[in-house]
Amino acid sequence: MAEKKNSNGEVKLLGAWPSPFVIRARIALNIKSVEYDFIEETFGKRSQLLLKSNPVNKQIPVLIHGHKCIAESMIIVQYIHEAWSSSGPPILPSLPYDRAIARFWLTYIDDKWFPPLKSIVLGLDTEPIEEKLEKVREGLVLLEDAFNKISKGKDFFGGDQIGYLDIGFGSFLAWLKTVEVTEGVSLVHETTTPALAKWLQKFCAHDAVKDVLPPIDKLIAFSKMLRANVDLVINPK
Amino acid sequence: MASSSDNEEVRVLGKWASPFSNRIDLALKLKGVPYKYSEEDLANKSLDLLKYNPVHKKVPVLVHNGNSIAESLVILEYIDEVWNNNNNHAFLPQDPYHRALARFWCKTLDDKILPAIWNACWSDEKGREKAVEEALEALKILQDELKDKKFFGGETIGLVDIAANFIGYWVSILQEIAGLELLTIEKFPKLYEWSQEYINHPVIKEGLPPRDELFAFFKASAKK
Repeated sequence: MAEKKNSNGEVKLLGAWPSPFVIRARIALNIKSVEYDFIEETFGKRSQLLLKSNPVNKQIPVLIHGHKCIAESMIIVQYIHEAWSSSGPPILPSLPYDRAIARFWLTYIDDKWFPPLKSIVLGLDTEPIEEKLEKVREGLVLLEDAFNKISKGKDFFGGDQIGYLDIGFGSFLAWLKTVEVTEGVSLVHETTTPALAKWLQKFCAHDAVKDVLPPIDKLIAFSKMLRANVDLVINPK
Repeated sequence: MASSSDNEEVRVLGKWASPFSNRIDLALKLKGVPYKYSEEDLANKSLDLLKYNPVHKKVPVLVHNGNSIAESLVILEYIDEVWNNNNNHAFLPQDPYHRALARFWCKTLDDKILPAIWNACWSDEKGREKAVEEALEALKILQDELKDKKFFGGETIGLVDIAANFIGYWVSILQEIAGLELLTIEKFPKLYEWSQEYINHPVIKEGLPPRDELFAFFKASAKK
């Protein structure tokens, strides 16, 4: 692991270990070897620091770099790519079209693919679980196809290195695995999504990723707590 | 004029009444990029739309040299990155922090502010009061971000200004149809002033759809 840049307490990340959105920021900081203070928020209660640093959305993650506060996970990832451009590999692709494709898929993942998965995790009864699982699976088929087109035969969406789309999608893998275990289903599998199955192994083993993806047993326990406190998730204090 | 070669083909698949589609017209006009526009009928989707945006089958879509891009904010950043020779027309600043702020406000417009205003304008009697309250809150946070600047981009139109076309133009029409007072000079003087600068900007003015046609379009939708 490359030696971390000592940032003298200048970089702080407000977050929580289970959040995929927070994991995105952590992976990006790791890729750039940036040292940071990880300040954990308590579930169900927003700290004064959070309310002050992200008054508009009051949500984690928030990156605090000196006096600058940056919110929204993929905006933070782009900021990290730009602010530490001289350190470590780039996170976004170099060509505008490739960047547009990566951003497009991130919008799809966040706006369309993740909501049914989140609904399963929270145990919401908006529709039968089979329908939600089907939506998740359909999305994975699209993402498998996208991976084959975008990776051009390499290990990651980003090519030889993990990049923007790897981070954006990979951040959900621990939750995806958790749902597979708690619901007794298979979502990413070498028979249905062979490219993603291979990518998943490599991604989770990557130096910048392996220490920030939470262990599945811890997440399973956490998801039980979430289901018991759904109202706090939907309307945090 | 754009410095791209004459052989580059730029196409836009859009809907004239859609602010999301209009963002792309404004962006290309600000950059001076010529393009071919096709009006899509979403009840009767063209083969091109299905080919160029198979995932969502929605507009707007930008096609540049045969490559297609969907999602209006993604398209805006692409346009800014590809046609970047003249700094006067840059939509995003150079500094990473201010770029992050601009992106944040574009996302907040789409996730929070536009939906709140849209809901208020189309709300029924029952939900109206709460919807209007949320819309006014949303306009306040936007005005707070504008502060004393001429545009969100500073002295010139930036990414947030382009993304805020709904606020600058559509809101006045929709609130009139709904019989609401949301963005007014009394309630939000700075934001209102911005909206007037915006719709009178020489390029923006030419790029917005005609007011009477837009009014008639939404009035007809309101009757349904």
